Amino acid sequence: MSDQKPVLTLKNIVKTFPGVIALNKVSLDILPGEVHALMGENGAGKSTLMKVLGGIYQPDEGQILVADKPTILRTPLEAKNKGIVFIHQELSLAEELSVAENIYMGELPLKSFGRVDWAKLYSDVDEILDRLNCGFKAQTIVGDLSIANKQMVEIARALTVDAKTVIFDEPTASLTDAEKIVLFDIIEDLKSRGVGIVYISHRMEEIFRISDRISVLRDGEYRGTLKTSETDHDELTKLMIGRSLEHTRPEESATKEEITLEVKNLSCGDLFKDVSFNVHAGEVVGFYGLVGAGRTELAETIFGMRRKTSGEIYLNGKHVEINSPADAINHGISLVPEDRKGQGLVLGMNCRENMTLPQIDDLTVGNLTAPAAEQDIFQKYKEKLEIKTPNWKQIVGNLSGGNQQKIVIGKWLSMHPNLLIVDEPTRGIDVGSKSEIHNLIRELAGQGYAVIVISSEMPEILSVSDRIVAMFHGEIMHTFTSDEVTEDKLVQAISGIYENDSAA
Amino acid sequence: MAQGNLKVIGELLAKHGILVAFIIFMIVFTVLNPRFITSDNVLGVVRSSAILGVMAIGVTFVVVSGNLDLSVGSMMSFSTIVVLDLHDKIGPILGIPVMFAMTMALGALIGFLVGYLKLNSLIVTLGMLSAIHGLTLTYSGGKNMDIADKDGTWFSIFGQGEILGLPVPILLFALLAAGLTLLLSKTPFGRKVYAVGGNGVAATFSGIPRARIVFYCYLISSFCVAVAGLIQASRSLGSQNTVGQGLELEVLAAVILGGASLLGGSGTIFKTVIGVLILGFIQNGLLLIGLEFYVQYIVTWVIIILAVWLDIAAKRGQLWSPIA
Amino acid sequence: MMKRTIFAKHLRESAIWIFIALELAFFGIAGEFLSLSEGSFLAPDNMLLLIKQTVPLGIIALGMTIIMINGNIDLSVGPIFALCAIVLLDTMTWPIFAGLGDWVIPVSWTLAILVGSILGAINGLIVWKTGVDAFIVTLGSMLGYRGLVFLYNGEQPTYHLNWTLVDIAESTPLGIPLPILIFAGCIAFTWWLTKRTAHGRNAFAIGDNRTAAVNAGIRVGPHMVWNYVLIGFLVAVSSVTFYSASGSVNPNDGMLYELWIITAVVLGGTKLAGGRGSIIGTVGGVIAIQLMRKGLGHIGADTAMVNLVIGSILIVVLYIDRQLNRKGEQELKA
Repeated sequence: MSDQKPVLTLKNIVKTFPGVIALNKVSLDILPGEVHALMGENGAGKSTLMKVLGGIYQPDEGQILVADKPTILRTPLEAKNKGIVFIHQELSLAEELSVAENIYMGELPLKSFGRVDWAKLYSDVDEILDRLNCGFKAQTIVGDLSIANKQMVEIARALTVDAKTVIFDEPTASLTDAEKIVLFDIIEDLKSRGVGIVYISHRMEEIFRISDRISVLRDGEYRGTLKTSETDHDELTKLMIGRSLEHTRPEESATKEEITLEVKNLSCGDLFKDVSFNVHAGEVVGFYGLVGAGRTELAETIFGMRRKTSGEIYLNGKHVEINSPADAINHGISLVPEDRKGQGLVLGMNCRENMTLPQIDDLTVGNLTAPAAEQDIFQKYKEKLEIKTPNWKQIVGNLSGGNQQKIVIGKWLSMHPNLLIVDEPTRGIDVGSKSEIHNLIRELAGQGYAVIVISSEMPEILSVSDRIVAMFHGEIMHTFTSDEVTEDKLVQAISGIYENDSAA
Repeated sequence: MAQGNLKVIGELLAKHGILVAFIIFMIVFTVLNPRFITSDNVLGVVRSSAILGVMAIGVTFVVVSGNLDLSVGSMMSFSTIVVLDLHDKIGPILGIPVMFAMTMALGALIGFLVGYLKLNSLIVTLGMLSAIHGLTLTYSGGKNMDIADKDGTWFSIFGQGEILGLPVPILLFALLAAGLTLLLSKTPFGRKVYAVGGNGVAATFSGIPRARIVFYCYLISSFCVAVAGLIQASRSLGSQNTVGQGLELEVLAAVILGGASLLGGSGTIFKTVIGVLILGFIQNGLLLIGLEFYVQYIVTWVIIILAVWLDIAAKRGQLWSPIA
Repeated sequence: MMKRTIFAKHLRESAIWIFIALELAFFGIAGEFLSLSEGSFLAPDNMLLLIKQTVPLGIIALGMTIIMINGNIDLSVGPIFALCAIVLLDTMTWPIFAGLGDWVIPVSWTLAILVGSILGAINGLIVWKTGVDAFIVTLGSMLGYRGLVFLYNGEQPTYHLNWTLVDIAESTPLGIPLPILIFAGCIAFTWWLTKRTAHGRNAFAIGDNRTAAVNAGIRVGPHMVWNYVLIGFLVAVSSVTFYSASGSVNPNDGMLYELWIITAVVLGGTKLAGGRGSIIGTVGGVIAIQLMRKGLGHIGADTAMVNLVIGSILIVVLYIDRQLNRKGEQELKA
């Protein structure tokens, strides 16, 4: 394998943005017929690197070689024409168009006068779909397909061009196990035809199952490439996070007797069913599961953003009806939502205005807003959370992800909630801020807050939670205490196979 | 030090560009024709801009909350016709509040459709533009509306009267601008309007009732329309059914010129007032230097596009759009 | 869930025709009892006249459909309509064309259509190159182009009657009025464009998922400019068709056209945000509006009622469409 010419080589790629070095001398080579996994924590630079490869960003320094020839990729189209094809995590399909039109978007086969050659289009696409064993036709409208099938459309798209390199970005995020097997078969097929594959994923078990080599990025720097057959979880983790994975369990529990939140048989359509659990004062309960397991939807229902279809919620022993976020806030519930920019912040507003938004009605003198009272709150949480911003006037959209997240956390802490729900608290945040936020969560529990943490990152959930609730397909599989939990058990529980002993 | 000054000037331009443009514009026209800046002329311009201005202030609330209102023109025709009719039927003292109630009922309906039912505001207010026009025609029976005794009514005070030497329309305009500036920039309600327009989802996640805020914005807008209708009716004491036709787009032009983004979350009453005055002074200035009224259309076109373009260019850091 | 969406789609596509059928039935029956006029509402002559009257708005609405599928909007069609008419009527009196005799007619047609296309292109280029929202750009040019209309002849109407031209405009080849034939031609062309050509399919792709289209290498800027050229062209065709017969244009002609046209296009099922819509639906939309106008007139209602009814219908349609697209009780409240 080593004497083959790489299909794609990156040499010392540097990409900076104002104030940030996103990529610092990253080198990589992709051989034909190999699956090259790319790993790294959120914010390590994977997505920037992909954008450089996709012709969306231009590197400041360094070289891209396609089949050993130096190449400049100015546009996504140029990248595609050089045989570099992406299977995006967020599907980039036009829902109202047919499968065939999506697959050949931008290069529909033509007859005279710019007419589309439908016969050729459909027959070409049906041939590809047959090869992939897809259960749908070229004429099917994409909007009518399931998410997994939409992903198949993306993959089919890669097969239409003479792809030399195919880049999969978190392809299994929304796939069922059966669909995953189909995907891995396709990857094998691509491999056997000499295509180089870049496979980005957070899921170790997948990486070890299908990859040949693994490259690791950390904080925008290249940390090395390992042969999959010669490495293990521990070595890889160490490379990714710069230290070996301590199974840091919360040192001391602050859990008290009183139950702050009790949820009984809560359901919301088929998003989640019959969910029951409780959270004590001073306790951190972690919710772990795959994307789509219903954790976020559960939090949103407790917070009044969704209408429950059945079940009851008790706060400090009292039955409560929560019909809107305003109700939830009045009952002392705070939610730091999953999507910071979309749900947590008004990006065009300044720091202070964002922080005081939920309680602006109470910060008044006469009927007017009271800037002094607002400033007190802002100043207090700026210091407490060490938010780095020049002043309160700074527009939140200009802050770094970590500082933005602290504004959201500050906003909800300043409400002095009984129950704090934090959904993906460190997504897209640099490593330093991450541990700060973890410490903060533990600290809050120490002060007697009841905290729910939802996370998709295992180290995070392990290091902050007193108890861990594993969810799968809208149901609670098991609740672990921090003593009994292991990575293996957790992984099995969120895959829906915990109680079945025969499963590996 | 010099560099610091430059930076300050740059920031000032980015933030108050429209004000700077306004001042330059005033200076140029004053040089071209010194009559331009006389108090008579200025007062005349402000007075004739009052109706547009009052409506634009209301629409600013709607635009900041992230919606559009294309119905204000026909709504203004409606309130003008209604108040003229009621003047003779039940007298102005009863007629004016009834007209306000009827106009604001229309505003409430739009607010319900856009706020609570979450329908697209462009289409809803487009439909209402047509529907309210129909309502006005039905109400008036398609005829022009006139007050019978034009000399014997005190009703003309809102459009023609003066208090302390200032025309009443200007006073109403100024009063409304001051009051609503306070509401939009200094109260919790105003803050919520910005939050809803800036990011409706995040506002909801912060416990702000998005639907109710949008509803109130349309109510405010319709209140302002009612005031505009009152001034219009009182000024002419008689009116056609179509008196407000086309005003919705002029109003929107003034709001955009003031720098409010149609995406919501930005814009102030003060800037909208500047936008209104710019439109007013362009019209007046061009007339004074001897150009026909329609030249202002072309100048307004150029100014609107330049204003929005430069604003966007400053934000993205390059003059031309990067789209291939 | 799946069944629901497919049901919604079928309903959406056929809704406008069901609505037209209801209108015909209602006015046909109600007309027998309420109408003061002799003729039946459904008489072929009356229907033919009705279709002829939809032509000016209808042709423009075809262009607006493509613009809206592409995810843009054009508010400036009214003044372009008037300006093309002025060019058509005025150029026929120009001394340099004096020697052409009646051959000036095709020359004037060409000039009018050229002007329409150029005005469209200007809109498109500004939207593309400045990145300013199409709504604002065309709102601006709605004012600016109207200014150009006035600049031409002040507040005076422009008129020129050329009897040969009138004869052509009023001719009925194959027994069908020429405007209807032109409309049919435009429908066929735009239908072909949206259904059969790469350009048309790209319009859907861009309106539906702009990022995907850019990533697939579609040049969204020039594509958009061509759509604006097309609507300018169609506005000019509409203008030429209409004013060849009337021979006189007021500087305020075409006002509020943009509102009627957008109403018709939305009624016809085109999505405001882009990515969905059909030419046939739009034809249904303009016919439905014209039926409503004529029908209400036929049973003795006035224009007031027409405005009221059409405005209300637009909102009801929007409401139904939203209900069909809801995710039911599982929806996030935001």
